Amino acid sequence: MSPRMKSRKQSQVLLQGNEACVRGAIAAGCRFYAGYPITPATEIMEYMARQLPEAGGVCIQMEDEIASMGAIIGASLAGSKSMTATSGPGFSLMQEHIGYACMAEVPCVVVDVMRAGPSTGLPTQAAQGDVMQARWGTHGDHSIIVLAPSSVYEFYELTIQAFNLAERYRTPTILLADEIVGHMREGVSLPPQGELEIENRPRPTVPPEWHVPYGDPGTGVPPMPAFGEGYRYHVTGLHHDVRGYPTTRPDEVQALMRRLFSKISNDFERLQWCDSYFTEDAEMTVIAYGCVARAGLQAVKEARQKGLKVGLVKLKILWPFMRRTITGITESSRVILVPEMNVGQISREVKRVNQGSCEIATLNKIDGTAITPGEILSKIEEVYR
Amino acid sequence: MKESSHFVHKYLRSSKRFPHIWCAGCGIGIFMQALIRVIDKIGYSKDEVVLVSGIGCSSRLPVYVDFNTLHATHGRALTFATGVKLANPRLKVITIMGDGDAASIGGNHLIHAARRNVEIVSFVINNQVYGMTGGQSSPTTPYGLKTTSAPYGNLEAPFDISRLVEAAGAVFVGRTTVYHTPQLERLIEKSLKKDGFSMVEVLAQCVTYSGRWMGLASPVEMMAWQRDNAITVEKAAEMNETELAGKVVIGVLVDRERPIYDKEYGKLAREKLKV
Repeated sequence: MSPRMKSRKQSQVLLQGNEACVRGAIAAGCRFYAGYPITPATEIMEYMARQLPEAGGVCIQMEDEIASMGAIIGASLAGSKSMTATSGPGFSLMQEHIGYACMAEVPCVVVDVMRAGPSTGLPTQAAQGDVMQARWGTHGDHSIIVLAPSSVYEFYELTIQAFNLAERYRTPTILLADEIVGHMREGVSLPPQGELEIENRPRPTVPPEWHVPYGDPGTGVPPMPAFGEGYRYHVTGLHHDVRGYPTTRPDEVQALMRRLFSKISNDFERLQWCDSYFTEDAEMTVIAYGCVARAGLQAVKEARQKGLKVGLVKLKILWPFMRRTITGITESSRVILVPEMNVGQISREVKRVNQGSCEIATLNKIDGTAITPGEILSKIEEVYR
Repeated sequence: MKESSHFVHKYLRSSKRFPHIWCAGCGIGIFMQALIRVIDKIGYSKDEVVLVSGIGCSSRLPVYVDFNTLHATHGRALTFATGVKLANPRLKVITIMGDGDAASIGGNHLIHAARRNVEIVSFVINNQVYGMTGGQSSPTTPYGLKTTSAPYGNLEAPFDISRLVEAAGAVFVGRTTVYHTPQLERLIEKSLKKDGFSMVEVLAQCVTYSGRWMGLASPVEMMAWQRDNAITVEKAAEMNETELAGKVVIGVLVDRERPIYDKEYGKLAREKLKV
């Protein structure tokens, strides 16, 4: 389950989703932001430009998204927690450097406030079409962590968690929001800074001459010094040995690739984050994420009023896919409904782990408008028997 | 040999499996030694120097030297360097790129880095060809030259990288060749000491490809070409365009002052923190 902030109620503030993301990032220790204007993510850069100097950080508008992603990698190597934010077209441009950050193990957070695509698509309207791109957008075999907020508070909370995971595993973490969550305003009460759990990248505890920049200390995550601290090492997107130097030796390439995967896969149990509603006795389960989970909850409540035993599982982490959690749902439910604003990117994963024990229904909307509670309820009534 | 160990060895990564990847007769090694000499002369500590490169023959340089080294992606060295410098302005950030790297795939980053004026010292090693991938035309390949990607001759006009960067606003621009080593070291030193974005374009021979395409079969012939076709800035000022055709103007092309981004941001941040 997601580590909830143990929040003593603070006074409520009215925040836009994108603004909550900035609050979360700065609370998590983000001190470098590079970005490029793009709807519907622009507000993140605007808030950052205003707030980062006061927090002792730097916000820079770069010439494009490729440059933004390059800049946050550079800043992270120099010791700053770094972030960028964009939407579909910009997210496409960032893919090469996301792969670089995977390979060179540079912690950073990339926010994609999804709009309808492909291409320029519908800049001001929501979609969930980038789920697979977030997983496989950069070339080559790699693992990745992707979180999906469904409310303004969750955007705040998951931004902090995205930084924590990026730092813990030395990997880029993607925050897959959508236009609705990014632009909506909600009253939220943010926990005081002292109550937040903030993680930082592992740091070397040995002198430079003993430090092995890309060795495995047992956790799979090598300690990371910042440039200028005396640990002079080589950073490259090429396959490299434990010292960071380019290599083509199969044993060294294999060891690096295995470690890059296992540092995250070894921790799958810790990465099962979802919220369950009315699932105790549910014969049918709705699995949803992002803005659709909001409509899903309302639909499930209305179905319950009609006497239907329906529950909702809201996914907060999309990748790595929560195989264990979803398998449990397929075993306890007769039917699962996966409503999403794409043609079935998560439902395909649900089908993959289902192994035939449960009926999987889908509800897909790709016209740029939100899936409504009424639409989900009709579908529930149709497939609930 | 009088010296049992050449002084540059102090800066080479002894743990790295040499030999380097450069061909015999390549000009990049001359630049590497010049850079090391100047860094040693100025007295920067190894810990404060960050070398950032893109992809290509010249971009392999950082792996051999004992600084903080960042071998980035093709064309994007300046974007990584911008992040490093802004996150820690105390670091001396140097980028090394090739002509394809800096002027083709990274052309946009080059002009914006020059315009933005973040304090980065960049060196563009111009060998007029894509060497690593096998001799294709680059944005500085002369018109008409036959290359592996232009088998009937290059139909495109070459970029003048130095003038491009000058127009974009760099505060220091210099150009020289690896034949002119004393001048090369002087320009490296000036650019390292200059506040703001500076760029030095270094013409270097690629014997394996551009030399062969030009009919210059040996490194000696190619360096003789550099010697015979280089014109100093002072002399060039007295020549007209026809006389300058095909020549390489070397020396300090620009040296001026403009507001420096990282310093301006530092001022802004200090004001904001006071509030």
